[in-house]
Amino acid sequence: MTGDGKWITTRQGESVDLAAIPCVEPNSFAERIIDGKSHGGRLAQLFGRRAPDGGVTLYAFLAYDSDGIVQVCSSRLAAPAPGRAPEYPSVSALWPAAQALEREIAEQLGVHPVGHPWLKPLRYHGTDNGAPAPWGQFNPAKTIPGDYPFYRVDGEEVHEVAVGPVHAGVIEPGHFRFQCHGEEVLHLEIVLGYQHRGVEALLLHRNATRSAMVAETIAGDTSIGHAFAYCAALEALAGARVSVHAHAIRGIALELERLANHIGDLGALCGDVAFLPGASYLGRLRGEFLNLTLEICGNRFGRNLLRPGGVLFDVDSELADRLHKRLKSLQAEVLQVLDMVFMQPSVLARFEGAGALSEAQAEEIGLVGPAARACGCMRDVRHDHPHGVYQFSHIPVAIETTGDVYARAVVRWLEVQRSLAFLLELLGNKPAGKPFAPLGAFKPNAMAFGMCETWRGEAMHVAFTDNTGALDFIKVKDPSIHNWFGLALALRGVPISDFPLCNKSFNLSYAGHDL
Amino acid sequence: MIEIITTRLKQGHRTTKFPLESPTLPGRYRGRPNVDPSKCADGCQQCVDACPTGAIRVANGLTLDLGKCLFCTACGEACPQGAITQTQDYRLAVSRRDDLLLKGGEFRLAGRMRDELYRILGRALRLREVSAGGCNACESDVNVLNTVGWDLSRFGIQIVASPRHADGLLITGPVTENMKFALEKTYEAVPAPKLVIAVGACAISGGPYIDQNETHNGAQSVVPVDLYVPGCPPHPLTILDGLLRLIGKIKTGERALTP
Ligand code: SF4
Ligand code: SF4
Repeated sequence: MTGDGKWITTRQGESVDLAAIPCVEPNSFAERIIDGKSHGGRLAQLFGRRAPDGGVTLYAFLAYDSDGIVQVCSSRLAAPAPGRAPEYPSVSALWPAAQALEREIAEQLGVHPVGHPWLKPLRYHGTDNGAPAPWGQFNPAKTIPGDYPFYRVDGEEVHEVAVGPVHAGVIEPGHFRFQCHGEEVLHLEIVLGYQHRGVEALLLHRNATRSAMVAETIAGDTSIGHAFAYCAALEALAGARVSVHAHAIRGIALELERLANHIGDLGALCGDVAFLPGASYLGRLRGEFLNLTLEICGNRFGRNLLRPGGVLFDVDSELADRLHKRLKSLQAEVLQVLDMVFMQPSVLARFEGAGALSEAQAEEIGLVGPAARACGCMRDVRHDHPHGVYQFSHIPVAIETTGDVYARAVVRWLEVQRSLAFLLELLGNKPAGKPFAPLGAFKPNAMAFGMCETWRGEAMHVAFTDNTGALDFIKVKDPSIHNWFGLALALRGVPISDFPLCNKSFNLSYAGHDL
Repeated sequence: MIEIITTRLKQGHRTTKFPLESPTLPGRYRGRPNVDPSKCADGCQQCVDACPTGAIRVANGLTLDLGKCLFCTACGEACPQGAITQTQDYRLAVSRRDDLLLKGGEFRLAGRMRDELYRILGRALRLREVSAGGCNACESDVNVLNTVGWDLSRFGIQIVASPRHADGLLITGPVTENMKFALEKTYEAVPAPKLVIAVGACAISGGPYIDQNETHNGAQSVVPVDLYVPGCPPHPLTILDGLLRLIGKIKTGERALTP
């Protein structure tokens, strides 16, 4: 970390005065971020916000995971002369981890990160004030990917494969463009944006149920994870103290969500290598965990469970006992099936070596979640920036080193074991307390963030208030925005027939990326 | 090898008996809201203000639009008269958009598809799923019908890879501006006669994304819809119940199929 007033240091659960955030010359912004990187910072967020005078404020968040802190600094781009785009020297030119985040800045605000190695649309929409983006004026009549100039490889026997946005399975839309030489993928370009539905504006909706439900549907398979980060940000702004009991219920829901998704993913990975026993049993077992969430709050995805101030459904000791009992028997079943899966030479042969990334690559592109841990990066919000129940109960971080499909599968396998043990312990204690207490007023002119280790990795919500203490800006980050680039990179030199397997081993969110 | 066999024995047979047997859902499951306009004498509007999606009207009699409903129960909690209550009824699918307007009378569940369609598609229905801005919860709970727990194919219903092999579309999501063209093209690619099934509040009305510039308030804005399955997301049982009504395996008014 750097401690000489160049950055403000904050952590989960705190809010900071907007006036206290250091502001650096646009020309030195990238330099300062790279300086933070050299001190061990990880780019957790980088975004822009329109200022009332028409200028733009850029914010950078560097996480220092081993210290449990986050440092923030900003930069002000003055309102430009008409016809000129505001600009600053790009961070991505020096640190690829910023590539998607800077494309977002360019697309939302028409700001030009000069020197960005590959500046192109991220989600395909116009800028907030209708000004052109650095790549030109948005044309709503054009469809995506439309006549977008894909990166092309030419030469004898080189061919191109286009997939999506409507896929063969029941999955979300995205477009994948492969440049192949025979079976081998030379390059994969991923175009997203089909799911863009205007999440960030809706998070400020005056109906609080509406905004909370939008937070829960940023990525519907991560309802708890995003609601967790959203609540944490708002509660920090209000200086609220949420009861230990409510925190425990959130932890239970978050781990159930992780279990359902990890088990579902492991099943789908079995399906992709044609090991049907694993696919069938794990496919069904995934549902059992969704049903436990249903038991708690009446919805399989945990809708309406978390709200700023606590949780809307209590887990009393009777329900805790019931959940404990069912988890106990599920634990035996799940672990037995997973043992069987990881014993199969035919499964391991397909997993090992497929779609590998190195630790150095993971650091450069800023991977998060199981995909990062599979490359040996020690990185887990529950451990590094613990919030709520994770401050009191610890889950060991699961690490692998080979960075391939096998490692991503094993990290999930380990996390399944650890989440189960964590849940059984948590459901054994009986903390009492009020599950919910309405939030008080927000601090005016303040900013706070909430971070959550969702099953895919780090989600982050950053919330701002105006001088009356009303929320006036929320910036959302789904872990997928970091990791999609990892999938593209992992495909290099891999047979195209392994694409479904590699894709599933990342299993990223389209909705969460597209907002 | 031996571990595959022992696991197989342990796992046993896990497919639900539905629709031969009615399922049990946990006590907190939020099914169809029940509306009693007779209790809403003064039209205080508190439910209207509480509702996140504008699903409720009180002028000319209390009406709840199940197609917009996210099953959050805020309306029922806001109503001082208890005019809106929660039931455990998972059967929510209807054939006509108007049938989703709950006014306290009978709730008309979906019927079988038109006779001429039924002759062709009734015993083998192939569907292509299109996610057009769905958050992946509706998608997941459609997908789950293919697991051994539900085994959708035993009813002759299958999700196929190409619209050209399909008899209809199953659409999720509010239809984002960026997905509209792809949805239109996919619909065109399905050979006639074809069906459309809208699953989830988003696909019926826009759901949490209703009236956003970036979305089109559901599938109906682009293609004609034959079956509406409300929920955010609907429980797999609700989706399966709707599909089985569409192919006449559950008849209107019937809770479960008689063998
Ligand atoms: S339960 Fe449905 S109708 Fe009632 S407030 Fe919620 S969304 Fe609106
Ligand atoms: S209806 Fe609800 S669950 Fe379904 S796609 Fe829309 S937001 Fe997601």
